[in-house]
Amino acid sequence: MPELTLHELSVPGHRGPRLMPLDVPAQGIDRLLPADRVRKEPAALPEISEPTAMRHFVNLSTLNHHIDKAIYPLGSCTMKYNPKLNDEMARIPGFAGIHPMQPDDLVQGALAVVAELHEWLRAIMGMPGITTQPAAGAQCELTAVLMARAYHTDRGDAREEVIVPDSAHGTNPSTVHQVGYRVVQIPSGPDGCVDLAALERAISPRTAAMMLTNPNTLGIFERQVGTIARLIHDAGALLYLDGANLNAMMGLASPGAMGFDFAHINLHKTFSTPHGGGGPGGGVLCVRKELEPYLPMPVLEQDGDHYRWNVDRPRSIGRVHSYYGNFGILVRALCYMRSLGASGIGEASREAILNANYLKARLKDAYAASHEGPCMHEFVLSASRQKARGVKALDIAKRLLDFGMHAPTIYFPLIVEEALMIEPTETETKGSLDAFADAMLQIDRESAEDPDRVHAAPTRTPVRRLDEARAARKLILSWQDLEAEGAGG
Amino acid sequence: MNVPRELRYTKEHEWIKVEGGEAVVGVTDYAQGELGDVIFVELPAPGTRVAQMKAFGTIDAVKTVSDLFAPVTGEIVAVNGALKDDPALVNRSPYKDGWMVRIRLESPAEVNALLSADDYEKSLGAHA
Repeated sequence: MPELTLHELSVPGHRGPRLMPLDVPAQGIDRLLPADRVRKEPAALPEISEPTAMRHFVNLSTLNHHIDKAIYPLGSCTMKYNPKLNDEMARIPGFAGIHPMQPDDLVQGALAVVAELHEWLRAIMGMPGITTQPAAGAQCELTAVLMARAYHTDRGDAREEVIVPDSAHGTNPSTVHQVGYRVVQIPSGPDGCVDLAALERAISPRTAAMMLTNPNTLGIFERQVGTIARLIHDAGALLYLDGANLNAMMGLASPGAMGFDFAHINLHKTFSTPHGGGGPGGGVLCVRKELEPYLPMPVLEQDGDHYRWNVDRPRSIGRVHSYYGNFGILVRALCYMRSLGASGIGEASREAILNANYLKARLKDAYAASHEGPCMHEFVLSASRQKARGVKALDIAKRLLDFGMHAPTIYFPLIVEEALMIEPTETETKGSLDAFADAMLQIDRESAEDPDRVHAAPTRTPVRRLDEARAARKLILSWQDLEAEGAGG
Repeated sequence: MNVPRELRYTKEHEWIKVEGGEAVVGVTDYAQGELGDVIFVELPAPGTRVAQMKAFGTIDAVKTVSDLFAPVTGEIVAVNGALKDDPALVNRSPYKDGWMVRIRLESPAEVNALLSADDYEKSLGAHA
């Protein structure tokens, strides 16, 4: 083990800060708590000095990969650098110290932040209705499909099915199941986009909604989105945008104008708040006017200069998160947007697209692309040529770790063989992109000249290749599991 | 790659072995190789009726989760309980110890519509 656990570092008698001597009469614990609530033996807490504890956590942090360390091109996850100014603003005592049960009158500043964020996001999405309550994208999906059900039920028009393309994120069909609708999966066409003929066959009076990711998970813009919206609306159904890939078009193209009825935003991805172990996330759901009554409650309303939460929402689907969502994330997102300004937001998306296309061009001779032509903010390669030499996408991902870089998403989307899904984001410099491309090209050469080196990777990481199958088959989720496993040999 | 001659196959990589009025079903050697290490196999309870080429269960691997498709219509009369404790049987012995379900055939003619070993090998040509 490269770093011992706190229990292993424990030395009897070691302490952090020592408490002042008691200046009031001591009370026995048995006088303060009922007998059945008092421990028979002291808790087995580690005994550690402050410097030892500090070093322990700093050492652990260096074993981890994070965006402050190096490139993190994990496709679909938008691992962009998070400016530290965002965190500084969220830590302002007036924001960090408030309590969600304070009356509206005492938190007008905080509500003004939420209201201004709503204005920015409405403008970007081109939709009037908004909630910032959900914790992240998947919860936005659930909120949206519950709203779709409420909308259809209100019209006395019970529907049963939701259409999902085969390139969709797994959360889409999961959401549909969770709400009690049936998934109708449609295939992608040869261009990687929705097959309109297949869509027309799938649409019926049973269709409640379609969930579409745009640009899709192959990093291709669905140019037929206007036609798709018309087909869906003609059937009386709703069109949902899985906004996971909003980083490709924020400030450049309006989902509302494309014909989407509702759309989600991952603040923690697109609007730069920490994620990937740095959470919590922030989900936003934007909806067109007809869907507003179903939004989670409460909704934020403005009366002159005064903001208040309205809980009188008889058609609301209810709450989806305690209080008002993850407020600290909302502060960070607004700080990010204000820092960039309206033009800077579009510029960030342009640079995300440019960076992805630059990497795709540098890798095109060594790796097969899922689709020819330019991409949006991410692209999918196939390790099919390398696999013919015995080196799989998994091996390439592991070898990248030896270069101090995070691996791309692998084996997703499911419709690409040996998929490597790469999203560099706009915050990588040309030097950083070149270093990543050089590493990928070297791994391609190794797959021909020294495949064992790739199979043995990683060799320079704190731990070597983990036994993923055993980890999944024998889940050890608690120290009790660990002890049972140890006892069983 | 191992494609036993005496079995019939689906395009979705299931094999079927007909024994009288019943058939044993599993996934092919190619399928287990593509999936990688199998973590869990979810099978229906005996007595469940399955329809030809409809999903009857799922197979979880490290890489992905896939549906299992019924090569024929009929009632499940037995499932391979050993897969519960040792799902890796699918990787080690896809055609024997890693079998999944036994189906009582409702319309034996359905078997004729399935791929022969040659046809299945040809369908893999593009991939393997």
